[in-house]
Amino acid sequence: MSGGFISRGFRGRRRRAEDDVRVPPGQYLVEGFPVLSAGPTPRTPLEKWDFTIKGEVDGPKTWSWEEFRALPSEQITRDIHCVTKWSKLGTTWEGVSVDTLLEKVDTAAEYVVAFCDGGYTTNLPLDDVTGGKAWVAHTYEGEPLAPEHGGPARLLVPHLYFWKSAKWVRGLRLVAEDEPGFWESLGYHNHGDPWREQRYWGD
Amino acid sequence: MAGVPRKLAWRIGEVVATNPDTPRTKSLFLEVPGWEGHRAGQHVDVRLTAEDGYQAQRSYSIASAPEDGRVELLVERLDDGEVSPYLTDELRAGDGLELRGPIGGWFAWEAREGGPLLLVAGGSGIVPLMAMIRHRQAAGNDTPVRLLFSSRSFEEVSFREELERLAAEDETLEIIHTLTRSVPPGWKGYDRRIDEEMLGEVAFSPGEMPLAFVCGPTPLVEAVATTLVGLGHDAARVKTERFGPTGG
Repeated sequence: MSGGFISRGFRGRRRRAEDDVRVPPGQYLVEGFPVLSAGPTPRTPLEKWDFTIKGEVDGPKTWSWEEFRALPSEQITRDIHCVTKWSKLGTTWEGVSVDTLLEKVDTAAEYVVAFCDGGYTTNLPLDDVTGGKAWVAHTYEGEPLAPEHGGPARLLVPHLYFWKSAKWVRGLRLVAEDEPGFWESLGYHNHGDPWREQRYWGD
Repeated sequence: MAGVPRKLAWRIGEVVATNPDTPRTKSLFLEVPGWEGHRAGQHVDVRLTAEDGYQAQRSYSIASAPEDGRVELLVERLDDGEVSPYLTDELRAGDGLELRGPIGGWFAWEAREGGPLLLVAGGSGIVPLMAMIRHRQAAGNDTPVRLLFSSRSFEEVSFREELERLAAEDETLEIIHTLTRSVPPGWKGYDRRIDEEMLGEVAFSPGEMPLAFVCGPTPLVEAVATTLVGLGHDAARVKTERFGPTGG
């Protein structure tokens, strides 16, 4: 056990109190926007892009880019927290609420799997992406979302570690049983709540 | 990967030695009680605790081979960092260092997975790739390997002497350096940022289906991964990891 261990000679850098309450345990603040992904950045042209809700639904629904962009968008300002330990305060996005996308879908599913260009997946309880908690974001700080940050569109679930905010998202598959996604199968926590420091299996 | 969740416990490793690598990097050699081994390419989380309880965490890739009993971390000193100057300037043999791991199952390679292996590193992005090269050597494996290694200058090439020695002993290990800011007199190697022409010359052909691991700063990783796909390499065989300026 490590209880009481002190790193000899370490002083560290304290945060301002008003920032401190916004930074979860083990995180540090950054000004930039670091990029993290497991492979090459996919580049799907907008004319070939669509967004699909499928799985345990009465019928799959698909939006083209134009149809997706015609849906009502919301402005979102939130703090974001990456499991690699950086946090960024007050990021501003625009996107379509997942509530809007699920509005016309009948489902008994309790989980979703977000699927993406490049084969990435991440799993979430339906409760974590509904009720004004998740968006499909297409705009970051007033500009179209750049490919290395997940553009043309990424999931935005800011209350969970940022790997749940899947880049290059192309749809949600609704499922009755939870299915671990990409990082969740590789040692990362199934839920990923930064305030409970759910980084890895067993946390 | 085994699917049995287990808690990754914090442990106190003991610093048994440190070794300057380049003017900006330093190796820390740790004995970690109960360490269960790692796969080449994985990292650990390091946690520092001040006397008043304040804590800071960062991730560091493991440079040592799984076959090595000690855990070696290579730390790049970031002048405005909170954690790295402590690790490079203050920490010394005999000190404890709290860590947990190993972490990360994607950017990892085991000798039995074969290759050929294309390793592309920028600066301290060499660390997880060094673990792969050392693991391959320790396992007596002869998977063909090419390492394309971008450094700012000759003096800033991490693990330079060890890499020279390993390549001299092993004709299936090829090491190609590029120096992006300054070159020593008589330098005959590349002297520019990695580009499509260089990758075309150095990377295996797409038909040889190399397994590529790319690690370094984001602009290098983005450029290399995109170029490899453009040259016809299978995106699913290009694995990336980024070392940003946020490493602290």
